[in-house]
Amino acid sequence: MRRYFGRKLLIYGLTFFVAVTVNWMIPRFMPGDPVASMVARANVTKPEAVEAMRAYYNNLFGLDQPLLTQYANFWGALLRGDFGTSIWLFPTPVSQVIGGAVPYTLALVVPSVLLSWVVGNQFGAYAARRKLLDNTVLPVGYVLTAMPYMWLAVLLAWALGVIAGLFPVAGGYSFSMRPNLSWTFFLDLLHHWTLPFLSLFLVALGGWAIGMRNMIIYELESDYSTYLSALGAPARLIRRYAFRNAVLPQITGLALQLGVLVAGALVTEIVFAYPGLGSLILKAIQNKDFFLLQGAFLFIVLGVLIANFIIDIVYVVVDPRTRAGMAGAQA
Amino acid sequence: MSLQVSELRVHYRTLRGDVRALDGMSFELGDGEILGLVGESGCGKSTLGKSLIRMDGRMRHVGGRVVLDGRELPIADDRAMNDFRFKEVSLIPQYAMSALNPTRKIRRMVGELLRSRGAALDAAELERRMDQVGLPREVLDRYPIELSGGMKQRMVMVISTLLDPSLLIADEVTSALDVSTQKAVARALLGFRDSGYVKSMIFVTHDIALTHHIADTIMVMYAGRLAEKAPADALVKAPRHPYTRLLVDSLPEVGVRYAERRLEGIAGSPPSLLDPPPGCRFRARCPLAGDECAEEPPVAEVAPGHHVACWKA
Amino acid sequence: MTTIQEAVPRERAAVRREALYFAVRNGKLMTGLTIVLALLLLGLIGPLFVAAAPNEYSVKAMSPPTGEHWFGTTTFGQDIFAQFVHGLRATFAVGVVGGGIAAVIGMVVGFVAGYVGGLVDEVLNMLTNIVLVIPSLAVLLIVNAYLGIRSVAVQGLFIGLTQWPWAARAIRAQTFSLRTREFVDLARMSGSGTGRIIAREIAPNMSSYLFMTFILLFGGSVLIASSLDFIGLGPTEGVSLGLMLQNANQWSALQLGMWWWFVPPGAAITAIVGALYVANVGLDEVFNPKLRET
Repeated sequence: MRRYFGRKLLIYGLTFFVAVTVNWMIPRFMPGDPVASMVARANVTKPEAVEAMRAYYNNLFGLDQPLLTQYANFWGALLRGDFGTSIWLFPTPVSQVIGGAVPYTLALVVPSVLLSWVVGNQFGAYAARRKLLDNTVLPVGYVLTAMPYMWLAVLLAWALGVIAGLFPVAGGYSFSMRPNLSWTFFLDLLHHWTLPFLSLFLVALGGWAIGMRNMIIYELESDYSTYLSALGAPARLIRRYAFRNAVLPQITGLALQLGVLVAGALVTEIVFAYPGLGSLILKAIQNKDFFLLQGAFLFIVLGVLIANFIIDIVYVVVDPRTRAGMAGAQA
Repeated sequence: MSLQVSELRVHYRTLRGDVRALDGMSFELGDGEILGLVGESGCGKSTLGKSLIRMDGRMRHVGGRVVLDGRELPIADDRAMNDFRFKEVSLIPQYAMSALNPTRKIRRMVGELLRSRGAALDAAELERRMDQVGLPREVLDRYPIELSGGMKQRMVMVISTLLDPSLLIADEVTSALDVSTQKAVARALLGFRDSGYVKSMIFVTHDIALTHHIADTIMVMYAGRLAEKAPADALVKAPRHPYTRLLVDSLPEVGVRYAERRLEGIAGSPPSLLDPPPGCRFRARCPLAGDECAEEPPVAEVAPGHHVACWKA
Repeated sequence: MTTIQEAVPRERAAVRREALYFAVRNGKLMTGLTIVLALLLLGLIGPLFVAAAPNEYSVKAMSPPTGEHWFGTTTFGQDIFAQFVHGLRATFAVGVVGGGIAAVIGMVVGFVAGYVGGLVDEVLNMLTNIVLVIPSLAVLLIVNAYLGIRSVAVQGLFIGLTQWPWAARAIRAQTFSLRTREFVDLARMSGSGTGRIIAREIAPNMSSYLFMTFILLFGGSVLIASSLDFIGLGPTEGVSLGLMLQNANQWSALQLGMWWWFVPPGAAITAIVGALYVANVGLDEVFNPKLRET
């Protein structure tokens, strides 16, 4: 088991290292003088922002310094929590801007991912090898999972927001409100949260339901199921065992899908102008705020790595085989 | 008579038509009898084993009856068969290594299985039987992956016979094992019969030598039909059917390993069961074949308990 | 498995004939293929029949679908049907390029890791796991923002470079199980080199699997490209379905009730990707007899 976690941590450590290095390297691939073109491309009007940018990039690229020193400086700044200063929201530090957006993104992603996983697994398991249900769950699941996240978001916003008028279609809370710790504000938050949550939940739901359905069918074909059937065990028992075994690859699937789910959250936030990382990234791109963009990138990578590690721990708790100290590293 | 099978026909549905895997099999099995069922791959012996307990989705019961202890087995009715499974007919599958749910400890799995069949887990009895096959009790608190192949095999044997079925089908249980383990398994099966856990047994295998050790009677199948059925000694020492003779002759001495390879060593291959030729099905490979073999030979009792389907016998 | 299959010899031609037999009778495969091919055809020949350039402004703005403008017009009077048929092309192009590049990398990495094994496998496996964990959209965001992607082909290239890991993993596992089979041993003993064995013995034996992998990569590439377009990092030249969605969102089609602007592009993406997935299930049933009788 120690080997299992050691290996995982090594991979995550390397991944973070690669991500940071990519982050450091990509600006150097820009054609021409990176600092000049960066400053030129940034449509900043504030002169002090231009200065900050030039100073940061000169430090970042420090073309007079040896390459290794530049790289070390980059890591140094990172470890001090210094992601630079936002150009768009000058002079707020990038870490602070991102810190303000992260809670909104988490509030969307965590419940929608977990709930869609749980509900999707239930649906899929129930539908497998039941003709009538299978014939509805499967097509609906495929349509949902094939939808671009932002499109379902737009459709929901249009149908339930614009036409039915049930939910607001923009923002994290009403313009007229200021964030405070009251029930009215909380309800307002919830009201704004519902549609983006629902659209993320639905798209993800389809994928989990299909995955589970296929896994259950596979498990029902397996030797232990055949043996139990030969001994006359009721379908209920066999299905319960199949579910238990089919959940394991679904947990691995959750880890593999995290990137896609986060991507879905980003574009969904953009549709609803929800004040999370997605909207922030859009603003960063529109304002050519590269510090902010790079900071958001590192935050997302870090978040996905942490989530992966949590899933690894859960997997070990759920799968007796990894605990028995065998067959560990394959996950 | 414990088991009576008469004119059993079971077909496999395939793209190119029905494969007549069992084409009119009749035989009987007495109380306390162990029947060794021998034949090449594809001769229908596994189909026969499956038909008696659970047919898979592609199998179709076309005709014939199976009577166990005076009651007809509804082999074509998956649901009605459930009453008989485990309690009256049980199975040790050839995939015993993977027959146990990987995410349940053995004790819990056995308990859940028994409860689902309306039986209580008699822990003392279970442990007694495990002792008998040499399984330590700790096995019950392990996951299948923590057991060796032989342990899993023996555990499945114990589980399958827990409800004292009348008929036990042991399907190729020894083919994945090495010789010494094969012997141990065979001994354990004998012990099950002698202790009265099972009344009678069909031991499906392609290993004539091993069968000779434990079976009272040996039945040889060829291309979906019975070729010869006789008391084990008689069949091995004085076979009457040319096919059986070739099988037995190819063994230098009884007890030699690799019997399987010898079995495949007869020149030619069995006929396609999609549209089998008329007459004796062994005709094309038979050294003695004559004109009369164009007609199908009936099963005749040439000596007490010795049945042969051959004109030349 | 001592069943009938061994008794009846099965040559490759027969297997292929059987696959074809089931393929044309498989409703899922046929429905999926029909939808994809119909949209592909529309994308290929549609632009030849639509007079309007996709991004050309006209005076007739914000028009709902009419006989003249089948899918209506945008706030700027652009013909949405013209954008749609051109956008289909871009979407298929990005799927082919992205899915193709990902499939090639995935195959190379998977075959080599699975066949050669040992240290090479360890290193490639580590690489695969690292690329697998990094959220690909985040990487593409950075890359596209800095480098400023102009063409659909380059967008597809970068998507392909990030999408291969799961395919490599799956192919590696398959290769692993084929590596020890008799026919591979035979080829090795007769002195064939690694590349030759992979190309002649291993790849053909999992060709259906490789094809299905490509289909899934294609669908994934289309989806991720549409997300990139939507964030505003799409190709700066031309139209795509994702860019149409981005424009609709940016110019408040939602609030203005211009459903004809945002419904067609999203529906087309959903139809293409969904039809591919369904066709894939059909293919799986064709090649995997166990799944047939459900």
